[in-house]
Amino acid sequence: MKSSVATPPYTLNHPRWYRKRVSTYWWLLRWEYLRFVLREISSVFVAWFVVLTIVQIYAVSRGPDAYAEFQDFLKNPFVLALNVISFFFVVFHSITWFNLSARAMAIRIGGKRVPGFLISGPNFAAWLVISALIAWLLLRE
Amino acid sequence: MDVTTHDVLLVGGGGAGLRAAIAVSELNPNLKIAVVSKVYPMRSHTVSAEGGAAGVIKSDDSLDEHAYDTISGGDWLCDQDAVEAFVNEAPQELLQLEHWGCPWSRQDDGHIAVRPFGGMKKMRTWFAADKTGFHMLHTLFQTTMKYNSIFRYDEWFVTKLLVDDGRVQGVVAIELMSGKIQAITAKSVILCAGGCGRVFPFTTNASIKTGDGMGLAYRAGAPLKDMEFIQYHPTGLPFTGILITEAARAEGGYLVNKDGYRYLQDYNLGTPTAKPVLRSMELGPRDRLSQAFVKEQEKGRTIDGPYGPVVHLDLRHLGEKLINAKLPFVRELCTKYQNVDPVHELIPVRPVIHYMMGGVSTDINGATPLPGLFAAGEVACVSINGANRLGSNSLPELLVFGARAGKAAAEFASSAKPISNSILAQAFDEQRRIENQFLRNTTGRERTSTIREEMQQTMETSAGIYRTESSLAAGAKTLRHLQERSDNLALDDHSLTFNTDLVAALELSFMLDVAESMVQSALQRTESRGAHQRTDFPKRNDEKFLAHSVVFRAADGRPRVEYLPVRITRWPPGERVYGQPAQKASAS
Amino acid sequence: MADTIKLEISRYSPETDAAPHFQSFEVPFRRDWVVLDALNYIKDKQDGSLTYRWSCRMGICGSCGMLVNGEPKLTCATFLADYAPASIRVEPLRNFPIVRDLVIAMNDFMRKFQKMKPWLIRKEEKPVSEGEYLQTPEQLDAYKQFSMCINCMLCYAACPVYGLDPLFAGPAAIALAQRYNLDSRDQGAKDRFPVLSQHDAIWGCTFVGECTRVCPKHVDPAGAIQQYKLTAALDWVKSVVMPWGGK
Repeated sequence: MKSSVATPPYTLNHPRWYRKRVSTYWWLLRWEYLRFVLREISSVFVAWFVVLTIVQIYAVSRGPDAYAEFQDFLKNPFVLALNVISFFFVVFHSITWFNLSARAMAIRIGGKRVPGFLISGPNFAAWLVISALIAWLLLRE
Repeated sequence: MDVTTHDVLLVGGGGAGLRAAIAVSELNPNLKIAVVSKVYPMRSHTVSAEGGAAGVIKSDDSLDEHAYDTISGGDWLCDQDAVEAFVNEAPQELLQLEHWGCPWSRQDDGHIAVRPFGGMKKMRTWFAADKTGFHMLHTLFQTTMKYNSIFRYDEWFVTKLLVDDGRVQGVVAIELMSGKIQAITAKSVILCAGGCGRVFPFTTNASIKTGDGMGLAYRAGAPLKDMEFIQYHPTGLPFTGILITEAARAEGGYLVNKDGYRYLQDYNLGTPTAKPVLRSMELGPRDRLSQAFVKEQEKGRTIDGPYGPVVHLDLRHLGEKLINAKLPFVRELCTKYQNVDPVHELIPVRPVIHYMMGGVSTDINGATPLPGLFAAGEVACVSINGANRLGSNSLPELLVFGARAGKAAAEFASSAKPISNSILAQAFDEQRRIENQFLRNTTGRERTSTIREEMQQTMETSAGIYRTESSLAAGAKTLRHLQERSDNLALDDHSLTFNTDLVAALELSFMLDVAESMVQSALQRTESRGAHQRTDFPKRNDEKFLAHSVVFRAADGRPRVEYLPVRITRWPPGERVYGQPAQKASAS
Repeated sequence: MADTIKLEISRYSPETDAAPHFQSFEVPFRRDWVVLDALNYIKDKQDGSLTYRWSCRMGICGSCGMLVNGEPKLTCATFLADYAPASIRVEPLRNFPIVRDLVIAMNDFMRKFQKMKPWLIRKEEKPVSEGEYLQTPEQLDAYKQFSMCINCMLCYAACPVYGLDPLFAGPAAIALAQRYNLDSRDQGAKDRFPVLSQHDAIWGCTFVGECTRVCPKHVDPAGAIQQYKLTAALDWVKSVVMPWGGK
């Protein structure tokens, strides 16, 4: 079967426009498009972490045995690999999200637009501080 | 053949056309308006204007001063009643544009900011950064979108005015997208099709400025006025014609010849100093700088570039810091469009055609002598620009006279008789002409671009910065010959879909008519005034030539020149004084 | 460096061709020539039927947008020297119907643009005789960037959303609506809201960000859209929290 819609032949004084179909693999043609698609996909992994966290809380609520079972589940090499990949996607997602904040928020102080890095900067800083705090809570013995 | 009918039809969708369309709508919302333009309106050449628009608004300024600057700048060839109306209405028009959303540059207190401009003794030039024309055009275009009575024919090329019963009743136009040739009738027609810089080889004008409007009127029997007055700008980039603003010289740029010598000192323009001095050397008047270039060329001291002789504009000594701070747009234009970086390199420059003072002859309301036909903007000659236009007067001109022509055309349309049926036959004839002469012609031998280039070279050598009897006579002869050759064009493109080859051929025929009218007017004006400099008649002659030349197209297609008196109200002709008294003494 | 350069140009004649194809041309190579100069050379000297739009040749009229080696560019600001000695591929802008050769149909944009009500809307007009609406340089600065759009259509050619969903209003139209929304003299934001807040307007945008990258005038349409999303979302929150707010 031919992919493109067959255009009717030219008739006098009627422009016959050629419409190119967008390729199914358009997102592979440019790195910028691929990066965009990866960013969109990253939300799946964000959702995965959310589900994982809910399951984790549920396991904690059911007692030590259930939690141990959950921990065993996490040790499964497939789950481990999935989580490593998910981690990178979530980091990627967070970075693009914080960069977006600088573009979406046009804050003006004294008539001048606040430069982007002053908006995304505190976001990144807060992210690092909170992550460090959690790491400290978890890793201190 | 399809026929569509409107009340008021505008040919051209630039600043003047859009302003006129709004004026018609505001005056009478029931009138059906059509804007026919060969490009989408926001592509029109108004978009390229950089500097600003003059209108008296500050308390230290007065209408009389603006009028006097305009009249003296125009070497007393302006019609003074028109100038008075112009300076009087310009501020309102600019304010009206502000109310429509034009992003004028502002003072800290929120009021409109104005800047100084060449030839204006007071600060009265409104500006929107360095893209004034762009913002004005887009504001006007976007504003027209709210009027339902304005119908646009985007990318339609008008080939002929339909005249019957002694009045203009519409046009024949080609829809570029489909190749359809159609009659668009209207009770009144306003020409707003811009100038014709493309008649010359080096111009700041866009490719669309091919004098179509002037050609249409001229062929329909309306005369052209003051066509010999053509403004040069001394510093354009060769080939592209991109303008390098006066500011580059005001900041301290040097003009040097092939020996690196600041040649302006040889032409009574002062003595070179390291720092720029107002009205001296590089800051002398535009026409004198352009004339000095020709003299240098005659002495063989210009530089031979790939596109002919140039001189160099040297900004290197100003340093990167100052250039970036004060002349960012100059650097951007040079690097982005010419691949020359003024921080490290010399900029090749030469005088380039900038503006047509002349155009379709109109009265103070934009009406031409041909009933039903109106004109406004660069295509028209009211005349407020006389023999030399002042910078920043053309943008307010298209507003003031666009609005005036719109009102007058609306009134005319309201009381006009219905369209005659017989004009359809004319439209059919025009369709046949286009098909037979161009689309179906297989015996033609001439190339459009070849004839166009020869015409442009002819115009530069015969009717350039300096003219003489012999150069003009030779030019007239060559143009006649080119006219004959242009009857025998061979198009590469016989398609009906977006045939730009056909458009180029039709544009060429308009340009040839306009070029002939220019050369003939210049030949018969045996004096020097403003932008018209005859080496064989170097003095101004008010006794004989304080008059507008008005050129008609005779039955055999040749131009015939008559004269109309200049209307003087309050400012008797005086001497056009440049610079400081000291300078004047050294110049004499 | 070679003194000529090869251009591969997409040709399409609706009267004879079923689909576009490439044709090669050899033109002189000059350091100060842009792709548009090469096209003009071809049209004047080699093939007068080559069809494209152009006008000002100084990046302000917005006519000459094309794909140069697949990238949306103003051809008047794209030097041959940046590609030489390799050959250069010139195609019509992506995502638009092709009328002929390098000419695309942009009627769709013009229609969508008008729907945005891109003009100054006032509840009450002040007579011109009373002078200008005051606007400080800071207030001017708030919308100035979005007023720089030259309608060159490069952003539409770069936008995959527009390619996939032709109903999407697109970057320039939204940026220009936002230009008026942010103008201190304008009071029409509410009139534009119904058009802007639709699925095929701001919410259609997935923030690829390519429109901003290709914009020759640094308009940042992607920023305009994200900013409006924030405004629309906050308005929605306000209407939920304070349904009596009336605003």
